Amino acid sequence: MKISTTKRLERLTERYLNGGMDRRTLLGLAAAAGATAGLSMRWMPQALAAVTEVRFDGWGGVVQEAIDKYAFQPYTAKTGIKVTQGTFGDENEIITKVKTANPGEYQVIHSSGVEYYKRYVDGGFNSEINEANIPNLKNVMQAMIDPFLKIAPKLSCAPYDYGTTGIAYNTTVISDAEAKEKGVALLTDPKYKGKIGGYADMETRLWYAALGTGQNPNDIKDLDAAWAKVRDNRDLVKKYWSSGAELMDLLAKGEIVVSDAWSGRVAALQQQGSPIGYLDPPGSFAWMEDMLILKGSPMTECEELVNFMLDPATAIAVAEGQNYPPSLDPTKVKLTEKIEKLPAFDPSGTMKSLTFADAVYWGDHNDEWTKQWDRISKGG
Amino acid sequence: MLSAADRRRPWLLLAPSLITLFVLMILPIAIMTMFSFYEFVTAGVEKQVFTTQNWHDFLTDPFYHMFLWKTVRVSAITAILCAFMGYPAAYCIAMTTYKHKWVLLLLLIVPFWISFTIRTFSWIHILGEQGVINVTLMKLGIISEPMPMLYTEGAVIMGMIHFLLPYMILNVYVAIEGIDRNLISAARTLGCTAWQAFYEVVLPLSLPGLMAGLLLCFVLAAGSYVTPQILGSTRDALFGNIIFDTIMSELNWPMGSTLSLVLLILLGAVAAIYSRYMGLSRVFKGLGG
Repeated sequence: MKISTTKRLERLTERYLNGGMDRRTLLGLAAAAGATAGLSMRWMPQALAAVTEVRFDGWGGVVQEAIDKYAFQPYTAKTGIKVTQGTFGDENEIITKVKTANPGEYQVIHSSGVEYYKRYVDGGFNSEINEANIPNLKNVMQAMIDPFLKIAPKLSCAPYDYGTTGIAYNTTVISDAEAKEKGVALLTDPKYKGKIGGYADMETRLWYAALGTGQNPNDIKDLDAAWAKVRDNRDLVKKYWSSGAELMDLLAKGEIVVSDAWSGRVAALQQQGSPIGYLDPPGSFAWMEDMLILKGSPMTECEELVNFMLDPATAIAVAEGQNYPPSLDPTKVKLTEKIEKLPAFDPSGTMKSLTFADAVYWGDHNDEWTKQWDRISKGG
Repeated sequence: MLSAADRRRPWLLLAPSLITLFVLMILPIAIMTMFSFYEFVTAGVEKQVFTTQNWHDFLTDPFYHMFLWKTVRVSAITAILCAFMGYPAAYCIAMTTYKHKWVLLLLLIVPFWISFTIRTFSWIHILGEQGVINVTLMKLGIISEPMPMLYTEGAVIMGMIHFLLPYMILNVYVAIEGIDRNLISAARTLGCTAWQAFYEVVLPLSLPGLMAGLLLCFVLAAGSYVTPQILGSTRDALFGNIIFDTIMSELNWPMGSTLSLVLLILLGAVAAIYSRYMGLSRVFKGLGG
């Protein structure tokens, strides 16, 4: 129920007269109201009501270029709402910014994975979207929606794409046969000491260490052995990369010949003609990304944008551009041949062929393991 | 007897500086101090209750001590190398009879026109396996395998020297420029060789400038985190990187604030010691040119 300003002041006066409020508080509130009224101008309500732009923050590089070209530019042309963009290399970076900003300053985030979604929820940054405003959500795989609903009963995001962090290798140095035979062990192969790379991220490191020690990454029994494997890898690594652009640069320049790598970025390198092979070993780290709407955002416009992005024509064009399969259910929406050939593509729409991180398991250990990884990475 | 208006005037004139200082320095430090006594709950979440746990963790954890010591060591090496490289350059600029001395000074400032990050990234193309040095040496047949230069502590020190050298040269230059040339002539007239005149006259008189340069280089190197991030491996991290990771990766603001205050106290102590013996006015003179 909306209450008018007059009614509010009447209620305040009544509380004061009834002894429910001291004189100082009443005067303070009256002064604040007066100051607000004095500072307000006639154009303010209209200006506040008319949303002319939406803020988006993503991973930059070829991924964001594709989103901009195939989603944002057509969206602006259609609605007149501009999409202001920012980038980040690591999602913790944007969480820090969100934490320090006023609600509504950051609005839509291209968030990576359910584990990060949990962090936003834990921090109280999540919104509640009105699914009726995003009718294209019905085309999204239910298998991608369910993990988010386990974290919070009301969605704050729409799953958008998915991919894997597999193993990329320089085919002029490592043959396909060798890569297939060694698999995860390539990341700790002393033969390639000083030519190995890796993502500077706790989850990726520990995931591959778990696989390297023959354990289930979602239920690591021998943690010491896994950390020992992380150290083995660290001692052989030339550089832990911290952004997709850095990964592509290191691989393309030959600074490293093998690394765990994001499937879409490797596909982009292959399309550019780089001699890079890609392998998803058994248990390869799969992840899903979502368009997260933060608390305080102009919900209607953000929902409209997300709905536009999930429109099959848009989502397919973006997927082809960024080289990550879309969240659209292939049993409901006809996808293109190019998408069906992308690494990690799941034609069944059930995602059963991929291994995702258990958000609760990883979330429960996140603080402790991130601290441990930060130390190990620095020689600890 | 000063009137009330006269007494107020200095404060009114100082007000903009004091407000700026308060808002941009005192207030953030106060907030950081407050955070350092908060309790870390989980990534990005802290509880506003008073605890000394963060300080206890810092004081008892050798991991932090090791990186603090490493930062002091790397910063000291960087500052000393800057002194060795910067002094001859500053001496040449100050003593040259070249009539367009301003060109030489301009050359010192030119690097500042380019973004610091781009300047740092440029080292990748120099020190990398496909960089200028390795490619040239391999083409000349001097080496058969690329030398590992990038992502090492040496690369980090090199990057920091690149960024700090102008500060050292400017400080020393100002000190040498301020020396009365008659003193050098007098020393020579009294039988000093050129080397003795330098050693007995120029060097002692330029020492305050050299010390100011050392202080500046040390403080700036100790506080840097971009250079180790770009040119070093994770093992070459400095204390600034530990702070960065604690805040940005672990999202542990209470501990990050504690570590930031530790670095602030350390660098403040170094500056205080310098001020006690040399006076900070030298540093400002050098910076002012």
